[in-house]
Amino acid sequence: MSAVRRHFSRNLAILIALGFALPATSVQAAEIPLDQRQSGYETMGRETRAMQDDDTANPGSLWILDGEALWTKKTGAANKACGECHKDAATSMRGVAARYPAFDSKQNKALDLEARINNCRAEYQKAQPLPFENKDLLALTAHVARQSRGLPIAPPSEKMTPIVEQGRAIFEKRQGQLNLSCAQCHDDNWGHKLAGAPIPQGHPNGYPLYRLEWQTLGSLQRRLRNCLVGMRAEGYAFGAPEFIALEAFLMYRARGMKMESPAVRP
Amino acid sequence: MARVLINVPATAKRGSVIQIKTLISHIMEPGFRPGADGNIIPRDIITLMTCKYNGEEIFRADMYPAMAANPFVTFHTIATESGKIEFAWTGDNGFSETASANITIE
Amino acid sequence: MSTMANTNATRRELLIGAGVTGAVMLLAVRPAGATPETMRAAIRSVVGEAAVKTGKVKLDIPPLVENGNTVAMTVTVESPMTAKDHVKTINIFNERNPQPNVARFHLGPRAGKADVSARIRLSDSQNVIAIAEMSDGTFWQHEISVIVTLAACLEGNL
Repeated sequence: MSAVRRHFSRNLAILIALGFALPATSVQAAEIPLDQRQSGYETMGRETRAMQDDDTANPGSLWILDGEALWTKKTGAANKACGECHKDAATSMRGVAARYPAFDSKQNKALDLEARINNCRAEYQKAQPLPFENKDLLALTAHVARQSRGLPIAPPSEKMTPIVEQGRAIFEKRQGQLNLSCAQCHDDNWGHKLAGAPIPQGHPNGYPLYRLEWQTLGSLQRRLRNCLVGMRAEGYAFGAPEFIALEAFLMYRARGMKMESPAVRP
Repeated sequence: MARVLINVPATAKRGSVIQIKTLISHIMEPGFRPGADGNIIPRDIITLMTCKYNGEEIFRADMYPAMAANPFVTFHTIATESGKIEFAWTGDNGFSETASANITIE
Repeated sequence: MSTMANTNATRRELLIGAGVTGAVMLLAVRPAGATPETMRAAIRSVVGEAAVKTGKVKLDIPPLVENGNTVAMTVTVESPMTAKDHVKTINIFNERNPQPNVARFHLGPRAGKADVSARIRLSDSQNVIAIAEMSDGTFWQHEISVIVTLAACLEGNL
């Protein structure tokens, strides 16, 4: 049995035990009080934090380098570069990632950062949308998100309220074979250990991030899919409205916390 | 082209010991993991990194599958004279990448 | 190796304490690959029959690793790093990955300091050894024991 499958079976067993041990009645989980929220950064070891803190050592920097190059590269049938309209990303993109997902009135729906980038590509560059987890899309997302580093996550606009509530419902509902909700681990049991690793509160303030487990940079949706698979629940398709709603709720839940993109996480 | 991030101080005092940091994007596939089809994914790693200071080798690292993806290696050297510090990586499947940085000694 | 047995026993106790019921069997399956014997053989191929003394070398790896895929490692060796007296190579070995070699760093008098760091992979809790080869032909080592935990929710095939 490969090492990965062996550990997965062991963790699965632990999750099953956890699913039975947690009270069956609580669906309305207790929200973390605002002043008790902490970034996943706080639960990481010293060395992993050092990896994130030093731009010259942060593997995410490799994607930033790519993103900077892509920003000025002409692409699509319109032969336009992002920078032609948006000029210097440090100015035009400052604060953007901190307030996404955002509501797009024209399309009458919420878009996350990846969807917005692909939207721009299609509409203004007349280019093909980039597939999810594609290295160019990650590079551009990382480059944009980097411009919000250190800024507080903005509370969502009023138009986003129904989407945030939809996300909250997903976060709190029990799902999958283990009948677990996100809230049961990340609201009720953060800080406790699951198979040797501390359960983080699950904030989105570092995305896209370099996850040591992936050995590459990845998006928030990828991480959410990991969680759903780990819970033995149905993973929504990449780009699904459920994911946008979940992202929106997570950003609301983390409102005021500082952005760290591109972060490093175990 | 692999992405590379080199950190060499732009200037240094003559005779001081400086730290050089290198980061290169590479999957470093160890050659022991099964893929989705059950077959072992073949090894694909960087096997060697060399560093030359004005043409003279000052550091070399032989790498094996146990090196993590996106290899990050740091080492030290004495800032002897102004010039060029050159890096070269080679590996499986003809992998080859180079980078350089200038240093001014004051 | 008594250190190994103690490490495994402690892990089992920790996991049982975490609420796993007795019905779950924890198998300490050793992955096929490196063993303490193959590590010794790899070391012998570098040092030959020379005695390896403990000292001068400091191998710094966090004792509890969050994810074995990327483990920060620093090795420093006490040495004046002069032409007459310097570190020639620093060799890193492990005993449980599929194969025992990790890296070999070649230094010399131009280094100024024998201080190298890198990120390595550790497939399981195990011992890691750094062996320094000095210009006078002597070998010095530092061996440490590392516990490797994994991320809790594994990805599977996505």
